[in-house]
Amino acid sequence: MINKLLFMNGYEVYVLSAFGFTLLSFSALYLITKIQFIKEQNKFVAKFGSLNSEKAKSAKSQRINKEILANATNN
Amino acid sequence: MFKLFHPNRVFQITSKAPKYVLILFVIVLSVGLTEALILSPEDYKQSDAVRIMYVHVPAAWIALGIFSSITFLSISGFIFKNKNFFLIAKSLAPSGFVFNIIALVTGAIWGKPTWGTWWAWDARITSMLILALFYALYLISWRIYESEEKVFKITTFITILGIVNIPIIKYSVDWWNTLHQPASINILSKSSIHSSMLFPLLIMTAAFALFSLLIFLMKYNTELIKIKNKGLDRL
Repeated sequence: MINKLLFMNGYEVYVLSAFGFTLLSFSALYLITKIQFIKEQNKFVAKFGSLNSEKAKSAKSQRINKEILANATNN
Repeated sequence: MFKLFHPNRVFQITSKAPKYVLILFVIVLSVGLTEALILSPEDYKQSDAVRIMYVHVPAAWIALGIFSSITFLSISGFIFKNKNFFLIAKSLAPSGFVFNIIALVTGAIWGKPTWGTWWAWDARITSMLILALFYALYLISWRIYESEEKVFKITTFITILGIVNIPIIKYSVDWWNTLHQPASINILSKSSIHSSMLFPLLIMTAAFALFSLLIFLMKYNTELIKIKNKGLDRL
C-alpha cells in the first residue's frame, strides 16, 4: 500500500504535490478562519465585561449574546 | 419566511454545527483519499497522473457553484432588501476563492505530465483565472468599503459581471479548440467516466463540499459576532 502511494509510475511527484497543495490550502484556510473567529469572540467577551450592570442586563436579554458568551466559555 | 432564517435564530444552530461538520469532513475525506490514491485504477493513457483529477475537478466544481450562489444571494439581497443574504454570500466567498486557486494550481501540476507545460492561455484555464480575479475583487471590496449600502451595490455589481464568465467556463471546451479535455461527466447524457473513477470523484466532491460548509459556518459566526460587537459599542 505504501509502495503504491510512493511509486506512481513516475507521476508521484505530480500527484502528491497536487494533493499536498490542496491539504495545505485547507489547513491554512481553516486556521485563518478559526483565528478570526476566536479574535472576534474574545473581543466580544472583553467588551461585555466592561459593560455596567444595567447595560449588561440589557445585552443579556438577547439570546444570541448569551449564546456567544456560552460558546466562549466552552471553548 | 425570512424571519425563520434571522441571524438571532440561526446562531443557535450555526454555532454548534462546525464541530459535527468537521468530524464528518475528516471521515469523508479519509475515505475519499484512500479511494483516490490507493483503490481507484490508473488510466490507460494518463497512468497515475489521472489521480490529480480527484482534487482538481471537485475544486473547480465547487468554485463555480459558490460563485453562482454568491451571485444569486447578492441579487436576492437587493430584491428583498435582506442584509442576511449579503452576510451569507460574504461568508461563502473565502472558500470559493481557495477552491478556485486549488483548481488552477492542481490544473497546472496536471498539465505538466499530460500536456508538457504548466500553463497555456487556453480558453478554459484563462476563464478560470478570470473567475479567480472576480473572487479577489469581491473579497477586496468587502475590505475597502466601510458603507454597507455602497459595499452591497459594488459586490452585487461584481457578481453580476462575474456570472457572465460561468457559462464561458462551462462551454469553453465545446466552443473553442482547447488543450483542456471536454466534460467526462454529464447530467443529461451518458457520462464517459467509468464507475470505478466516478465513485472516488463523488466522494472527494462530498468531502470538499463539507469543507466549504465548515468554513462558511465559521465565517458566518464570525460575521454575526462582529455585528454584535458593534451593537455592544452602541449600548
